[in-house]
Amino acid sequence: MKNTLFYSSFVALISLLLSACVTINIYFPAAAAEQAADKIIQKVWQLESLEETEQKEDGQMDSK
Amino acid sequence: MSNPIFRLILLMMFFLVPHVSFAAADIEADTPTITNLKQSMQQRHSQLEAFYTSGAVGFTQDGLIAMHDANAVPLAARQLVNSLIAAENQDRIALYREIARANNHPEWEGEIRSTFSQRWIKLAKSGWWYQESNGSWAQK
Repeated sequence: MKNTLFYSSFVALISLLLSACVTINIYFPAAAAEQAADKIIQKVWQLESLEETEQKEDGQMDSK
Repeated sequence: MSNPIFRLILLMMFFLVPHVSFAAADIEADTPTITNLKQSMQQRHSQLEAFYTSGAVGFTQDGLIAMHDANAVPLAARQLVNSLIAAENQDRIALYREIARANNHPEWEGEIRSTFSQRWIKLAKSGWWYQESNGSWAQK
């Protein structure tokens, strides 16, 4: 009986923590947004893969 | 008996919690509306690209495009450029709003817009014009 009580209260606690974790997570995911933006821009501008573009961009930045 | 179970559950929590927050940090950018907007912008880009190259049109700080040098456009084409800019900006605003909406965070629209603004400029080709944070124009 005591075991069952312990067990069920822990399960309840975990579900609470997990759901809280999802709800609390309302910060703006800047890195993911940047990746999503790059994908869309590549598609709209018909660019080659992101890695190549990034390398080119970095090269240009260095030469400035 | 309760002690091992407690430990096991505690251990599981440590593994599960970071995983859940990581999964929630994705950005959804794949709805039918977004696909349509991408197509429409891609088609328009074939017309706009020449105006980016000539310096007539440039990228603004707020994730849109604007006339940078009207003199680079022949009089006869100015109407066309203006309507291209208006249509492009309409699509861009709709895109930012739709991404925010698709992620169930309409309040992210502004942040998505400023992320895009930086990425458009970052990925812009050499020779294209963009607006710096102080409002002045610069060339890539």
